[in-house]
Amino acid sequence: MLIKKPSDIPSSEITPEAIYNARRDFMRGAMSVAALGIGATTAPGLLAAPVNIADKDVTGPAWLTQQIALASANKEKITEALTPYEHVAGYNNFYEYGYDKTDPASKSHILKPHPWSVEIAGEVAKPGTLTLEDLLKGVALEERVYRLRCVEAWSMVVPWIGFSLADLIKRVEPTSKAKFVSFTTLERPAEMPEQKSRFSTIDWPYREGLRMDEAMNPLTTLAVGLYGKVLPNQNGAPLRLVVPWKYGFKYIKSIVKIEFTEKQPKTTWSMIAPNEYGFYANVNPKVSHPRWSQAEERRLPSGLLRPNIIPTQLFNGYAEQVAHLYKDMDLRKFY
Amino acid sequence: MPVFWRRLVIFFISIIPFIWLVYQTLTNQLGADPAKTIVLFTGKWAIYFLFITLAVTPLRRLIHFQKVHFRWLQVHRRMLGLFSLFYAMLHVLAFLVLILGLDLSRFAKELVERPYILVTIPAVVLLIALGVTSTQAMMRRLGKNWIRLHKSIYLIAILAWVHVLMQVRSSYFDAVLFGGVLLLLLLPRLYWAIRK
Repeated sequence: MLIKKPSDIPSSEITPEAIYNARRDFMRGAMSVAALGIGATTAPGLLAAPVNIADKDVTGPAWLTQQIALASANKEKITEALTPYEHVAGYNNFYEYGYDKTDPASKSHILKPHPWSVEIAGEVAKPGTLTLEDLLKGVALEERVYRLRCVEAWSMVVPWIGFSLADLIKRVEPTSKAKFVSFTTLERPAEMPEQKSRFSTIDWPYREGLRMDEAMNPLTTLAVGLYGKVLPNQNGAPLRLVVPWKYGFKYIKSIVKIEFTEKQPKTTWSMIAPNEYGFYANVNPKVSHPRWSQAEERRLPSGLLRPNIIPTQLFNGYAEQVAHLYKDMDLRKFY
Repeated sequence: MPVFWRRLVIFFISIIPFIWLVYQTLTNQLGADPAKTIVLFTGKWAIYFLFITLAVTPLRRLIHFQKVHFRWLQVHRRMLGLFSLFYAMLHVLAFLVLILGLDLSRFAKELVERPYILVTIPAVVLLIALGVTSTQAMMRRLGKNWIRLHKSIYLIAILAWVHVLMQVRSSYFDAVLFGGVLLLLLLPRLYWAIRK
């Protein structure tokens, strides 16, 4: 997988000194953690999480923690600063737990993500139910640092731990009829309180989908961790999608079903407001949301008096890898 | 309790949200997007105080048992209204400074692209007018027109609710709650107006 460096980096993208220094401190901390406990066998650098109150509770089964610890380090040099863990795990949209950005972090602890299994259905030669352990068996996890652009015009840079969805798709052998992949989030109102709400515009469970060629693109990732750790519940434990050139609502969380279909599947946000959220949802500064512009984004953490506003890039900066998928399409029509 | 002390108590209670916000800001507890947190927080409190102000009259007229009544609240209505103005001004200022960075061209663009911001313009202008004319001297000077002008608080409240309604994305909870409270506050007035 390749993230090419753009030939000229706008000054707005260069890491501010304060963040740069903070990152250096973090790296130092990470190194000492590695030196203290884990030793030289684990991947270096970023794979050790910073010491933070927010990640105290994040635990997973031993096999998963181990497999995540063995993930290969991110090979690409991304010039932008990582969004600190406390924000990645503290500022979330996960409406199953509430509508404030802090609700998922404060309310998702009641979810029990283990044991977990994923149903593989539809147009495949090998349908069935895979436990998370089966699903990850023999999979070499990688750290992948990607930009995340939310449709609400904020963005982050997140070091995910995961693997290409394409690897899983090849294993289950889709038939020639499989043109789309649809995903479903867990529906468990006892552990996801907002699924009981009467005021929600969402018809649970949350659903998302991709075209087959989008799903097969090497950038499309199934993530099981971030910052070298098991995914926190609020980030979609234990298994979530990452599609870095699309808006964040495509990154469906806590996946329980992957279905291969011939027709374009229904997706949650385009069911709620089809004029505002399309099936494709590719990041595009030129196609405004009806209620706000998408030309710029606030890269988090944003300062109070100096809002960290940067221009949004077409396909979130991944045009080189994905633009060919939409060659003959009118991106205004297929937003 | 004498009016003076009541006034002081109500003042300090009303300023608590602001002190809380300042404390959260100074201790860096506003999260990844502090500007947005401040804008949402001050906007909510502007609406809460608008509702509290609008509740004074119905409370006074509808609840009057021997010991339980709200006649004493009438004197403090002006201050409650001014607190609504205070939080609304913080809301507008936070939006202009912290979100837009005082960039007027961006402000113009926002007005065109975001109708939910446009609808607040008359509300903000009227709310300022009500604040400016809230003194005794102004009441005397404006005479009958004072009441006419200050009846626009109903319009302000409705516009504030529309502002919330137009931003609904995933949950109607706030919009339904605010609409319900507003209806409760306006219905008795409608009844009184018709009966007269």
